[in-house]
Amino acid sequence: MSSHDLGPTAAETDHSHGEPLPADRNRVWTALRSNIPAAVGMVILAVLVVVGVLGDLIAPYGVNEVNVDQMLQAPTWSHPFGTDELGRDVLSRVMVAARVSLMVGAVSVGLALLAGVTLGLVAGYYGGIVDNVLMRCMDVLFAFPVLLLAVAIVAVLGPGLVTAMVAIGVVYAPIFARVTRASVLSVREQVFVQAAVSVGASDGRIMRRHVLPNIAAPLIVQTSLSLAFAILSEAALSFLGLGIQPPKPSWGRMLYDGRGFVQDAWWLGLFPGLAIFVTVLAFNVVGDALRDVLDPRQLSQDEARRAS
Amino acid sequence: MTTEHGAVKTGDVVARVEDLHVHFSVSRSAPVRAVDGVSLEVRRGETLGLVGESGSGKSTTGLALLRLVDATGGRVEVGGQDVTDWSRRRVRSLRRRVSMVFQDPAASLDPRLTVGASITEPLIVHDLAASRDARRSRVAELLEMVGLRADMADRRPHEMSGGQKQRVGIARALAGEPDLIVLDEPIASLDLSVQAQIMNLLRGLQEQLGLTYLFISHDLAAVEHMSDRVAVMYLGRIVETGTPEQIYRNPAHPYTAALLSAVPTADPEAERRRRRITLHGDVPSPVNPPSGCRFRTRCPAARDNCATTDPELYEVEPGHRAACLYAVEAVEEMRAGAATTP
Repeated sequence: MSSHDLGPTAAETDHSHGEPLPADRNRVWTALRSNIPAAVGMVILAVLVVVGVLGDLIAPYGVNEVNVDQMLQAPTWSHPFGTDELGRDVLSRVMVAARVSLMVGAVSVGLALLAGVTLGLVAGYYGGIVDNVLMRCMDVLFAFPVLLLAVAIVAVLGPGLVTAMVAIGVVYAPIFARVTRASVLSVREQVFVQAAVSVGASDGRIMRRHVLPNIAAPLIVQTSLSLAFAILSEAALSFLGLGIQPPKPSWGRMLYDGRGFVQDAWWLGLFPGLAIFVTVLAFNVVGDALRDVLDPRQLSQDEARRAS
Repeated sequence: MTTEHGAVKTGDVVARVEDLHVHFSVSRSAPVRAVDGVSLEVRRGETLGLVGESGSGKSTTGLALLRLVDATGGRVEVGGQDVTDWSRRRVRSLRRRVSMVFQDPAASLDPRLTVGASITEPLIVHDLAASRDARRSRVAELLEMVGLRADMADRRPHEMSGGQKQRVGIARALAGEPDLIVLDEPIASLDLSVQAQIMNLLRGLQEQLGLTYLFISHDLAAVEHMSDRVAVMYLGRIVETGTPEQIYRNPAHPYTAALLSAVPTADPEAERRRRRITLHGDVPSPVNPPSGCRFRTRCPAARDNCATTDPELYEVEPGHRAACLYAVEAVEEMRAGAATTP
């Protein structure tokens, strides 16, 4: 065949698609870095991950190193965050608890993502009665306040790390299901999906290969925001004594234990509280920035309302 | 239903549609009769042009050949097999034998995949290439067939021009070595200069590979240029079929005549002499088509019994058929009454 219309005529490129294309990855990265709060947030998260991974290796004292002589000491150079009622170093405990918080956040959001995206994908792709049944089930879960539902699940399964993760995962799955379904509904109608059907691709292949990659942007945003809320939920559950069990350190539990000493030893509550605050804020700021860059249309009002 | 005139062996028919009805029902209201009794045959190596206004059901007819829409009545046959009732799984194998090129090349390619991956998809789905290397070399071959460089496989759609993207769409349609390619308005959303290139490419490929096309378009000139036979659709029905010469020089159905009279000519002399037959009103709703002849509400030559008799396609000359009770006579009458364009 003749070779007219050849050559790199890239002049006619179109950027009409709202979703970022892989070639725009650099643009996303640049935009994130130039957003100062997001950049600070990412640095904080990086530090947190390092602390979470290394944890007890870099902590100045052992987590459960009891030293009654040193109990309830105010912050000093040797104990920058002070010590608790058993003389344990609060800084070391906050550092080690970072691992638990991040792990609970990651695992529970991972569960929510897996379950929610699968259900949302199937509901949105097949529509009709499948959609109705699945989404009404999600609505039932959605109707409960987050904590109440999580507490109910923990009450059934018994308190502990794993149950906390499962409970938080279940609670956040409907959010992912909704975000996924809404995005699938619009992608499903695209001509390229019909084109994939026209070459004989199976439903599974179309969902994996064409639908999922094209709804990645809202899911990434939702994931980073949900991580913040999951960490907050874990703290709340632990505060209520339904999450991580002592003597393992967790921010929520430390907050609970410190509440009796607010008057005499403010550092017991302040530092775990600050850790929660900074972590949640960092995830939120990064998530918001990601949303601005990746997906300006989607607003997670549902989640904001539920968390309040 | 009657078969096409002429001694055609059934083996030569790649695809056949018989009395096809596609009705879309929206909730409980009356169905939209998008296709309402269409019969046609596509023979190996030919291009059948399907023309009509938007909403005439021409695209739906094309989609039905790949079972991308389901027939609510009638039969769809591909390669002599009735595929109307094939299961979902089996239909996927049908889509290797019949492939499709879409109108908007930008929309029909997944923006996240390289164009190479889009072309590879039929190869994977139908297990046509054993290894990654085999797929790569087949994609390179296909890209060169449509006039692109093999190294363009790694580009993404947004890095290409509209014409290049449509070439990719054609390469994808060729990948499974189909018996029939449904070209659904393949040039409608391209620049004029690129339209000619794509048409030439399609004709060249047809010659080279012996392809069979169903060319769907509302562009009368493009259809004339591309087709060996033409079918004109109006409101879910075929109103006239024949060779391009028969249809364009000597239309027998008033609707075809009116359509053709609306096309301006490049020659100013001829343009001055051109007589336009003006149609009044809009295309009636396909939910509730007129009784008798569907075109009668807009036909300048309609008579009383047009409202009561639904005309069948009948032969006005060998290979040329029209669904009009008065056919040639009505066209003559319309021409006499038509005003010369100012």
